[in-house]
Amino acid sequence: MTNIVVLVKQVPDTYSERKLSDSDHTLDRESADAVIDEINERSVEEALKIKEAGEGEVTVLSVGPDRATDAIRKALSMGADKAIHVSDESLHGSDMVATAKVIAAALGKVDSYDLVIAGNEASDGRGGAIPAMLAELLGVPQLTHARQVTVEGTSIKVDRETEDGITHVEASLPAVVSVTEKINEPRYPSFKGIMAAKKKPVETLTVADLGVDAGEVGLGSAWSTVLEASPKPPRTAGQRVEDEGDGGSKVAEYLVGQKLI
Amino acid sequence: MIDFRLDDEYEALRKTVHDFAQNEVAPVIGGFYEREEFPYGLVAKMAEMGLFGLPFPEEFGGMGGDYFALCLALEELARVDSSVAVTLEAGVSLGAMPIHRFGSAEQKREWLPSLCSGEALGAFGLTEPGGGSDAGATRTTARLENGEWVINGSKAFITNSGTDITRLVTITAITGQQDGRKEISAIIVPSGTPGFTVAPKYSKVGWNASDTHELAFSDCRVPAENLVGERGRGYAQFLSILDEGRVAIAALGVGLAQGCVDECLRYVGEREAFGNKIGAYQAIQFKIADMELRAHTARLAYYEAAAKMLRGEPFKKEAAIAKLASSNAAMDNSRDATQIFGGYGFMNEFPVGRFYRDAKILEVGEGTSEVQRMLIARELGLR
Repeated sequence: MTNIVVLVKQVPDTYSERKLSDSDHTLDRESADAVIDEINERSVEEALKIKEAGEGEVTVLSVGPDRATDAIRKALSMGADKAIHVSDESLHGSDMVATAKVIAAALGKVDSYDLVIAGNEASDGRGGAIPAMLAELLGVPQLTHARQVTVEGTSIKVDRETEDGITHVEASLPAVVSVTEKINEPRYPSFKGIMAAKKKPVETLTVADLGVDAGEVGLGSAWSTVLEASPKPPRTAGQRVEDEGDGGSKVAEYLVGQKLI
Repeated sequence: MIDFRLDDEYEALRKTVHDFAQNEVAPVIGGFYEREEFPYGLVAKMAEMGLFGLPFPEEFGGMGGDYFALCLALEELARVDSSVAVTLEAGVSLGAMPIHRFGSAEQKREWLPSLCSGEALGAFGLTEPGGGSDAGATRTTARLENGEWVINGSKAFITNSGTDITRLVTITAITGQQDGRKEISAIIVPSGTPGFTVAPKYSKVGWNASDTHELAFSDCRVPAENLVGERGRGYAQFLSILDEGRVAIAALGVGLAQGCVDECLRYVGEREAFGNKIGAYQAIQFKIADMELRAHTARLAYYEAAAKMLRGEPFKKEAAIAKLASSNAAMDNSRDATQIFGGYGFMNEFPVGRFYRDAKILEVGEGTSEVQRMLIARELGLR
């Protein structure tokens, strides 16, 4: 019996225009379609695979505004069993440290967990540190950037892939795992799954329910502040090299000039 | 007031099939189409999502949904490709539905689980080389002999009848005379039954990644209990299946019509002529506005027909209107879309060329446009 908690984040669709609000430089959630982060579909898929290979229960945990329920429903329609949704006005603008604290506190509301599965990095904030922070707060092993996960009894084996190569790591449960895009291909929910998701329990909790002080979270208590933000400048035209027999050397000169070779 | 918003679960299904069609079907279907190859891998993925079981109860391995859910799935698939959409449409509404609706408990137990899971495909054979719209012109015969039906004759243009996963075709055949009229019954013929020959696939104008064959029966023997429903009710049963099928085909046509809008919106924002994106020209804008109008109104027509069907009200006229409006929209939109694409619209590698070829059959399959007009006129009391 493996109890798995999957961390799910609702993010602006990468296909839509993503921007920050003018007032406080937090994410402008109204300007874009909100979807479950693609990496979290893979996190859910991995949890379901582990559950289907043996026995277990999959709980979805999401911290986000009210409309994050859509992302939660998607995870439930794929086959997760139940969900916890932490939603609280005071969380607006929370940084990763505060978010990790809230997630750690919310995990206290789950009867028991053997494994927490997260995406390695959300497609909006791109911090990529929550899984590690969470593991530290919980005092359990962290196995990040997993491209393959194997659970055997009370131990977990992970192929961890980074730019340096692949490392085989092993730990005993409970543990926190973060997965990369290579982990699997997520399933599409069936209509039966969609119908069943409507009836699955979703517990909605506030920061106070978790025993977290509202003053410790939110924009005001973030460790860093965005002072200014501007859209990425459009790409410039580039430099054209006419080949008059010496094209090769001109290209090489350019690259040397840019300190690229 | 009437509310056309979809319930949450319908919307979630529509979105799921939309994502599937865009992510899985769109990148590969052009190749299957050009090679005239049946996309087994895609069909298996559709099966995994439970699409073939959408309108069937869970006790037979279905999804416990309804016919409207199937229509939404067909629309989103056909927005990208009609071959996979018609494979689903025929598999569900022609292959499995007659058995679910009219079959015996035994037949349902035997066939529905594999048809609902999509492991197996079923087909329905009504049309013959010498009779389509005039379905009463059936010539295929079946005579009862020593507890077996002995079937002789042929069927034409039968979808899903010759794939590697086709397990059965339900055919209509003359089983005798009743009051001087042909008695027509429906009989299940399992694939591979001796005397049942599947001809090589047709070379078609469109739907080229779908499976269509002519079938021949020569002293083909199946057990007497393969009769579907009542003896002599085969034709009436099939007509009721066709009314539903019209709504499904209407949804498929709306998908094609909307797919034309999708493709054009993408293209006119990229293509330039005379110093501007062509989407900036009113000639193009008006064409696309008309295309959206046709897709939108045809969608409302099939939504209403489906709603009446699900409420158990008569929906013959609404189904005919939806099918006619949708096939017109598909033809008109694919003509406009290929025109907007210019020379590229004539190239097989662009989806709009495929849409143009796929649209034509919508004016013919599951009741020609003339038959739809006839039905509408009759429902208005014209005789």
